[in-house]
Amino acid sequence: MDDKRFWLYLLVLAGSTYLIRAIPFAAMQRKVKSTFIKSFLYYIPYTVLSAMTFPAALYATGNTLAAATGLITATVLAVLGKGLTVVAIASSVTVFAAEQLLNLI
Amino acid sequence: MPIGLGYLSVSFTFGISAVYNGLYWWQAVIISMTTLTSAGQLAGIGTIAAGGSYLEMLVSQITINLRYSFMSVALSQKTTAEFRGIKRWLMGFFMTDEIFATAAAQKEVSTKLFAGISVMPYIGWTLGTLFGSILGNVLPDSLMNALCIAIYGMFVAIVAPVAKEKRCVLWVVLISMALSAGFYYLPLLKELSTGISISICAVTAALAGALLFPVKGDGVHG
Repeated sequence: MDDKRFWLYLLVLAGSTYLIRAIPFAAMQRKVKSTFIKSFLYYIPYTVLSAMTFPAALYATGNTLAAATGLITATVLAVLGKGLTVVAIASSVTVFAAEQLLNLI
Repeated sequence: MPIGLGYLSVSFTFGISAVYNGLYWWQAVIISMTTLTSAGQLAGIGTIAAGGSYLEMLVSQITINLRYSFMSVALSQKTTAEFRGIKRWLMGFFMTDEIFATAAAQKEVSTKLFAGISVMPYIGWTLGTLFGSILGNVLPDSLMNALCIAIYGMFVAIVAPVAKEKRCVLWVVLISMALSAGFYYLPLLKELSTGISISICAVTAALAGALLFPVKGDGVHG
């Protein structure tokens, strides 16, 4: 990767990512009154994360079945109240074990 | 601390992919230190590797990262009175999915609290990228594959407990997942880029939620 192109790519990548976060954060100085907008903003993080996860996560590893087992493990542990790290590591371990197992069959 | 560790494993996989896509280790680290986002960086190195145009980079980044604008507006409703002006410009940089989710779970967010939440993820993200880009090619595929699920495990860990507590969140999440599946599998819809479809699914599901299950209260959703 030649240097000049890299720095230009980086400028676009980092610059746009920063501005899209910082401008709305700095500009919103008032409290939103509308229940509708408040509700929309309340739901947004959850809808974003779920749309990013499903179904893309099923194809994130080498094997769909293994990925599904990993996701199910994550869901069960998260519902049981385990923290981010435990859930993330447990899902990785599950995928690893499931892939080894499927390779044997 | 937990998000710091989670970030470590996720950015590790980013470091590996970056080098795999022809970048130097220090370039991967600089990208992580200046950009601090998972999906956007992954798409970014894809664009770089494919020799895509700067405009393509810009458009895909805006669609993938549009969700941060909504998160920024949402969090702006919970900040303490002193958290404004230059502090917002500085701290806005750290608005990631996980930092937002942690901050949004608090009743009120001061500059100090937000900075405190951001420190470990930032360090974890940087170090993970460094380790991944240097050590990545010595790891076997099976281990790499397993690590790729970590970020999604983290997303599940953020959403599932709230969906369990609140029926309205569960419904909205199910709507979003159903739409997302539609955009993934249906003809024509699946031609759209990931960033655009995620934005459409998320906004539609959140609008449906706001219509069907308005959230009462004072911006503090316990």
